[in-house]
Amino acid sequence: MKNPKKKKTETRPPEGYALEMIGIEKYFGSVCALEDVNLRVGRNEIVGLIGDNGAGKSTLVKVLTGVFPPTSGELYIAGRKVDLRSYNVKQAHALGIETVYQDKSLGEKQPLWRNFFIGREICYPLGFINVKKEKEIAAEIMVHTIGFRGVGITVDSNVTKLSGGERQGVAIGRAMHFEAELIILDEPTVALSLKEVRKVLDFVHKIKDAGKACIYISHNLADVYEISDRFVVMDRGKIVADKPKRAISLKALDDFMLEYAHGRKDEVAI
Amino acid sequence: MKPRRSIWTFLGSIEGLPVVGVLLLLYAAFLITAPTVFSRPLIYMSFLQTVPPWLILALGLTLVITAGEIDLSFPAVVALSGFVFAWMFKNVHSPWAPWLGVVLALAAGALVGFTNGLLIARIGVPSIMATLAAQFFWYGITILIANGLQLDIGAVEKTAVHEVFTGRIAGILPAQAVWAGGLAVVLWFILNRHTFGEAIMFIGDNANVARVMGINVERTKILLFTLMGVISAFGGLLLTIEINVFFPNQGQGFMLWTMAAVFIGGTLISGGKGSVVGSFFGAYIIGSLQAGVVATGVTSYWVQSIMGLIIIVAVVINVLMGEGRLGAASARIRHWILPARAKGAARDGMER
Repeated sequence: MKNPKKKKTETRPPEGYALEMIGIEKYFGSVCALEDVNLRVGRNEIVGLIGDNGAGKSTLVKVLTGVFPPTSGELYIAGRKVDLRSYNVKQAHALGIETVYQDKSLGEKQPLWRNFFIGREICYPLGFINVKKEKEIAAEIMVHTIGFRGVGITVDSNVTKLSGGERQGVAIGRAMHFEAELIILDEPTVALSLKEVRKVLDFVHKIKDAGKACIYISHNLADVYEISDRFVVMDRGKIVADKPKRAISLKALDDFMLEYAHGRKDEVAI
Repeated sequence: MKPRRSIWTFLGSIEGLPVVGVLLLLYAAFLITAPTVFSRPLIYMSFLQTVPPWLILALGLTLVITAGEIDLSFPAVVALSGFVFAWMFKNVHSPWAPWLGVVLALAAGALVGFTNGLLIARIGVPSIMATLAAQFFWYGITILIANGLQLDIGAVEKTAVHEVFTGRIAGILPAQAVWAGGLAVVLWFILNRHTFGEAIMFIGDNANVARVMGINVERTKILLFTLMGVISAFGGLLLTIEINVFFPNQGQGFMLWTMAAVFIGGTLISGGKGSVVGSFFGAYIIGSLQAGVVATGVTSYWVQSIMGLIIIVAVVINVLMGEGRLGAASARIRHWILPARAKGAARDGMER
């Protein structure tokens, strides 16, 4: 392991990045899932992460959010080096990284107020939950951050009552409430109707307006193109393209992805 | 559409109400069919004496099932903890022996639960297999070290331990009923108002969600099974101290009764939602049936069929209430009764 022996949270000169990954590699046994990944995300930048199934997008997200550690490489969050040996989900939350997964962000049979605070409960001594306070704040988030008004949904509603777009809204609202500096959206629009997709994209615009950063992972290029400032394309564990929005049109991006899918990547240049 | 908060939604929001309703209906039926027995307090006192040991098991099992897991090893823990206590009481001659016996019995339960938890959470053995194996193993161990013999501990009646756990408060109320009630209150708060309980619910709902939200799923499961072991041991202790004798296959009849109590109470077998209040009253329903049916004068062969029927009725009510369909069902019944008034509504109904 190339793990550096320096102390954790060593500060680097501020470079204005919400996130920096340097030479991240991940092996599952002898299978290489991530190979020399270098990724930077600016403090108020929305990065569209694109790639086919098995390209390594989800592995990258899991490394980033502390679900499992990389085999080697360095990770900087807001300019501070992260000690990857002790890095976990709770620490990622504390450092301001929040993830919204396509289908595993919310407990379906649980009321909304529990979903807002799961893992970060407001407690009395001895770990007993302050239900009243949690419900108040959850109601506040729903009206002000997410903008649920008069749709018959209260903090006591179960998640099953919400549409797919509303669920993503709750998860995004939760992330914003907890002062996330970087919100990762992992395929947030899969299996949603067009109207629901619209809602989700509006939530993403709110992230940008709030001055936060976002990594948006999707198969749908039109969605990614609309909201992203920059596109990062992954293939078989590697980053194969990294372009700002002004340097490429939706058509060109689409063509590039198609060519890639057809395995003619060596002939393509963007 | 604006959601209408009907009387049914309100009633459905009160935890355990359907079960309490079934229990009251049951007692009402017994009062009519066997008035001589059920109009006197003696029968109720006897329920408060016999139900608590396995009511306590049902309370613990409620948390385990809410986490989407199952524990089949608790009957063996009932036997093991009873043996540990009885052996200490017979073989250690000290005024502290009974108390030491209680502590060691609970520790034995914790050990069984902890090993279950390790197998399930660390190695990933499905809980139904790990605990089934544990049941055979620990029953076997108990019978082995007890030489297959029962232990008579009649002298326990003169000890403070007997008084504290199974004495009669004010001469009438069995102490074990108070212990069971107290434990139910504590476990209700743990499940509904504590971070540990919230972790249990989210793990039962979807362990992946729990994990990505920063819950330590493995640790929570190990803790949960250890707690279940301790609770089972406590149930075994109350049983052994109450009847003043340890016998090696004690607890063997508890398995299905305990599960029936939990499911009558409205805990979801799929996990994610559990009702401590429901299990509490569910246990009294199951526990009252045997004596109640016999007291009505019908042959005791009916007991099992009636038990099955009541379980089905309770579970159907729970399903309907849980999905908010009871209001719709009651509306349909009203339409049948008042067909003229409900023509327009009936047409809506036909579109289903």
